[in-house]
Amino acid sequence: MMRASSILVPRPEGLFCPPGGFYVDPVRPVARALITHGHSDHARPGHGAVLASAETLAIMAARCGAGFAGSTETAEFGQPMRIGEVSVSFHPAGHVLGSAQIAVAHRGLRIVASGDYKRAPDPTCAGFEPVACDVFISEATFGLPIFRHPPAADEVARLLASLKLFPERTHLVGAYSLGKAQRLARLIRLAGYDRPLYIHGAMENMMRLYAEAGVDFGAIVKVSTTERHKIGGEIVLCPPAALGEIWSRRFSDPVTAFASGWMRTRARARQRGIELPLVVSDHADWQELCATIAETGCEELWVTHGQEDALLHWAGTRGLKARPLHMVGYGDDGEAEPA
Amino acid sequence: MMNRFASLLDRLAYEPRRNGKIALIADYFRSEPDPERGFALAAMTGALRFRNAKPGLVRVLIAERTDPVLFALSYDYVGDLSETVALLWPAPRGLNRPSPGLAEVVETLQRLPKTDLPRQLADWLDALDETGRWALIKLITGALRIGVSARLAKTAVAALGTLSADDVEHVWHGLAPPYTELFAWAEGQGSRPENADPVPFRPVMLAHPIEDRDFATLDPAAFSAEWKWDGIRVQAAGARDGDGNPLTRLYSRTGEDISGAFPDLAGALALDATIDGELLILREGRVQSFNVLQQRLNRKQVSAALIADFPAHIRAYDVLVDHGEDVRALPFSERRERLEALIAHEHDPLLSISALIPFASWDALAAHRADPSEAGDDAAAIEGCMLKRCDSPYLPGRPKGLWFKWKRDAMVVDAVLMYAQRGHGKRSSFYSDFTFGVWRPAEDGEELVPVGKAYFGFTDEELAELDKYVRRHTINRFGPVREVAHGADGGLVLEIAFEGLQRSSRHKSGIAMRFPRISRIRWDKPAIEADRLATLEALLEPAA
Repeated sequence: MMRASSILVPRPEGLFCPPGGFYVDPVRPVARALITHGHSDHARPGHGAVLASAETLAIMAARCGAGFAGSTETAEFGQPMRIGEVSVSFHPAGHVLGSAQIAVAHRGLRIVASGDYKRAPDPTCAGFEPVACDVFISEATFGLPIFRHPPAADEVARLLASLKLFPERTHLVGAYSLGKAQRLARLIRLAGYDRPLYIHGAMENMMRLYAEAGVDFGAIVKVSTTERHKIGGEIVLCPPAALGEIWSRRFSDPVTAFASGWMRTRARARQRGIELPLVVSDHADWQELCATIAETGCEELWVTHGQEDALLHWAGTRGLKARPLHMVGYGDDGEAEPA
Repeated sequence: MMNRFASLLDRLAYEPRRNGKIALIADYFRSEPDPERGFALAAMTGALRFRNAKPGLVRVLIAERTDPVLFALSYDYVGDLSETVALLWPAPRGLNRPSPGLAEVVETLQRLPKTDLPRQLADWLDALDETGRWALIKLITGALRIGVSARLAKTAVAALGTLSADDVEHVWHGLAPPYTELFAWAEGQGSRPENADPVPFRPVMLAHPIEDRDFATLDPAAFSAEWKWDGIRVQAAGARDGDGNPLTRLYSRTGEDISGAFPDLAGALALDATIDGELLILREGRVQSFNVLQQRLNRKQVSAALIADFPAHIRAYDVLVDHGEDVRALPFSERRERLEALIAHEHDPLLSISALIPFASWDALAAHRADPSEAGDDAAAIEGCMLKRCDSPYLPGRPKGLWFKWKRDAMVVDAVLMYAQRGHGKRSSFYSDFTFGVWRPAEDGEELVPVGKAYFGFTDEELAELDKYVRRHTINRFGPVREVAHGADGGLVLEIAFEGLQRSSRHKSGIAMRFPRISRIRWDKPAIEADRLATLEALLEPAA
């Protein structure tokens, strides 16, 4: 049997598959790339050929322009395809719209590169499907046992409760533009909130793309320069960075909220001056990481990025072979790394 | 209920505004009954002491319930013991037990023998939610660290009615938890508690740093100048107690009673006045540098030997109460005359007056500031000048335009980042403690030698960048410490500002920096162009 470490090899460009001649989520332009999901640290423009789910290709085109790659090919979930000497299949990862795990099989050995993933239900994307494998490649963004994400609906209920408590204050909610914002918007609707939802201009693009994919957000209003001080008591979704910018100071006495798995610790919320931390994440928490690794039945665990130390230790206590890949370049988008 | 107290602490931790904090605490006092609210006030003012319940107990309990490696990694990330344990505690499901009340917790902790504590504590932790567990452990470990000072909590008591924070301060030291009579008085339901404190803390007046452009608008004739002392700010409050015996208390600038740490002052002064000044170490008439004072401050036990080695002294610069008369409303020039008379009358070797620096123009004062060696025996503890308007009353806080501090310019050096460690408190979970080094000759060329450690000076954005840099350039790990790539062909240059240098046998480089902080990140500068150790050695202060 071929060794797993010669089927997928960490290189500065990304994970390389020599028998298949492709990279997974390369951080530099390469001839052939397989992309797990549309966050900009995983999906970069400038590759020769790109293979990804239809939704991920649409997200890349919306973010980077139609000519983001030399050529594109759509991967159907669950359909194995031959690339070079290996068989490749895409499976839902539950992270954001179109997000996939990529399974690479070669001479009886299967490696699953899971990309970023979560196990909690999300009304805006397909749920994670465990894929049996010999080697599981996991992220470890929230790879510490202190990270436990409560049900997202409970966190949205806290947001709505705060709105009741401070009915005259604008609730500014920092949420990443791809994935988090749409999940929150949908959960807010599912909680019965029927006033218009206001969004920062930078989110319009992705909100429209999700809406076209069939997610119902109800009335969405883009915040304009003139009305910012007039929308006391409304919910405004904005990119996290906007919370600290002059843009946010024009609202009347806003409550600043931030939806992120990092909000689990007080220091992180305080460092950003957040008054209402909402623990909502599009990554797996500690228990989900552990449960998923066990569920795949893998004999070996590779960890790409995040807080790998604890996860590697845990794998060791379970008798799994485990190694860190020390991949560099991930975590610049979404919430994969403190920002 | 413990839950209500926990939720108060939780909201305070996220409330940045002082007035917002006062409103939250006052709301809580209004809605909670005695004695619950009284114990909450005691917790916030640091007045609770538990003989047997200590942080070590919490560590033992969590060690029995978690993998030690996972706990250590988690604690390293969170940077706060209470929060780490609160988040990691494996609470049994469906326990259906009511959470305890705050008064019940406090009284039980004070009463329970040591052997029964672990079990009781575990029972409570099982019954509480995450926030409740966090608050309970904070209570036990004694450091709330939620940005609430004793003064702020007392201000919130005053806000229940028409009292001022000073009114509360005046009766404070005669009271004990749960402060039932204090709340009654504040709410207009009772009379002023007896045994008013004869020596209360009075909030201190602070100075603004002066900016270059300020000089154009300020008239030198309206100001008096004195040296800025590099010690610790203290308020010495003295009076006669009810039995006519002299009573002196020493307060820190935030109103903390530090008499216990300085019995050589608090027990020996017999003032009938409240004075404002700097605590310094004076050896045979020579004022010692802050480095020396630091050695005394670092000790937990105050032994006779420590007192003899590090004799404390107060350099007085203002008077707030003179023989029972509150003189804070008088102009500085009049208070100064009172202070001179007072110090002359006391004729106490523990006390001296901070001399005025005569000057006619800002240029003349700049010359004094540039060369404090004229102060002779005092020069080692001078860090610049203070400017005080001659007509300024003594006002609490940092009023505009009255007092200015004009520090000496910091020295700077370019050093290379060598090691990083995660911080605690506000900086926790980021790599924010940075060890840096400079070049020195070695057998084969040059090598970096560590010269200091800095953990502030950068903005939050810069911290995020530095954290990312550390993660990506780690070449070795020693427990919580990461070694960051450093050498002639790579490394990050940090511009370090500092206040002074001394020889030190405890450091590999032979020098110790005072108050180092990162003044700039030199992303642009190659590591090989950082400074040499010889540059630093040339800046060494003469041996004390």
